[in-house]
Amino acid sequence: MTAKYAYYPGCSLHSTGSEYDISFRAVCERLGIEIEEIKGWICCGTSPAHCTSRLLSLALPYENLRLAGDMGFTEVVAPCAACFARLKTALHEVNEDPKIAEQVSEALTAPLPESMNVLSPLEVFGNGADWTAAVRRSLSALKVVCYYGCLLTRPSKVMQFDECEYPMTMDNVLRGLGITTLDWSYKTDCCGGALAMTRTDVVLKLTHDLLEQAQIIGANAIAVACPLCHVNLDTRQAEVEQEYGTKYDIPIFYFTELMALAFGLSPDKLGLKKHFISTDALLSGLSEK
Amino acid sequence: MTESNRTVTSHSPLAESVLRESGQNVNLCYQCRKCSAGCPISYAMDYKPAQLIHAIRLGMDDLVFNSKTMWLCASCETCTTRCPQEVDVAKVMDAVKITALRKGIKPAIPEVASFYRAALANIKKCGRMYEVGMIVGLKLRTFDFFKDMAMGMKMFQKGKLKIIPSFTGALTTWKIFRRVKRIEKEMSKGDL
Repeated sequence: MTAKYAYYPGCSLHSTGSEYDISFRAVCERLGIEIEEIKGWICCGTSPAHCTSRLLSLALPYENLRLAGDMGFTEVVAPCAACFARLKTALHEVNEDPKIAEQVSEALTAPLPESMNVLSPLEVFGNGADWTAAVRRSLSALKVVCYYGCLLTRPSKVMQFDECEYPMTMDNVLRGLGITTLDWSYKTDCCGGALAMTRTDVVLKLTHDLLEQAQIIGANAIAVACPLCHVNLDTRQAEVEQEYGTKYDIPIFYFTELMALAFGLSPDKLGLKKHFISTDALLSGLSEK
Repeated sequence: MTESNRTVTSHSPLAESVLRESGQNVNLCYQCRKCSAGCPISYAMDYKPAQLIHAIRLGMDDLVFNSKTMWLCASCETCTTRCPQEVDVAKVMDAVKITALRKGIKPAIPEVASFYRAALANIKKCGRMYEVGMIVGLKLRTFDFFKDMAMGMKMFQKGKLKIIPSFTGALTTWKIFRRVKRIEKEMSKGDL
């Protein structure tokens, strides 16, 4: 594999979601996929920007695409689903409307890169490639539900990522590594991410629905591809249990952590200790191939 | 909430403001209510998304601007994805918020607007989101000092929160914010 991508980690992967950064880098290294972090990248503006200024919400992500272009890249990989959505939206809106393109260019006082493509790591790892030869550890004890969340697939016109109501990309990547993934109805339901800091009651309700359904269908782990989903499902899981008088104890993995584990990397090197819900019990019976 | 100036017209200035701000024509809506059925947060809203859209079309500005609906929207885009008329409902919600903030209307859920302000001030100054600074900024705005304290401490212990901001790109974001403000000011002059 010779592809080389500009890597946009975004703010979460440098802080609350640092395990995602660690495991994403580890998987890329193991698979020989070259990535280079965009120098001087800035925040994509996330919800607070698009809820208050359309131009700001396009200019901030575009600055990162411009920086990647200056480094000679035409493809950017963005693991955070929220960043991925903002970068894709910026590309889409600028392509659709020359007037908007002009304003964004004016806000950045620079010409916009002519050809730029933004990818989720799921697209990088899941483009039909067969990674079975790299598998070193059996994760057959796991029964995983893949939780894609809102931002990877919606709106489909902009994201053009898989089937927007019932995506399979993450399931297929994990199944390809011998991990069982279960069908469930909550793949793309919202966890309330944007309201985490303000209306926690809403987040607890939505997260409760997700955990409840995962438990009912017999999952013993949830795989995610978004640091905001991870915060709500992992960090707030104890709070949900307290609020609703339930008990889940379901570990929440970034799908890249599961890939790295399947490739035989040591759990200690993946930052799994940063999870609030311990993964130890579930991973204790892992067998090396 | 007053409804004194309720006028039924097909030319609602608010609908036009939404169109200008977001490119979305709410008059395409035929009230199928798929947006409201799919909305995960409609249970907490005072008006369902389809009702808010209808009120925009009817020019019921007071009802719309005093509603909780757009402030509760989590931008999950389920509505946008399912609308048979391809109205980007989530973008309509953004446009209503932007219009309300511009008019200086007090949000029905003030802490959400406070969160936006705290986060943007943080991005502008730091270049990248500095969570601890943003949380302090939010608390200074909402006076809710104890919310999520235990969780924050545990995140800190687990190394999920940084003590010191990086300030990489801070000059860039500061300049972009300033230029965006100037461009938007010029655009709004054109509107009036």
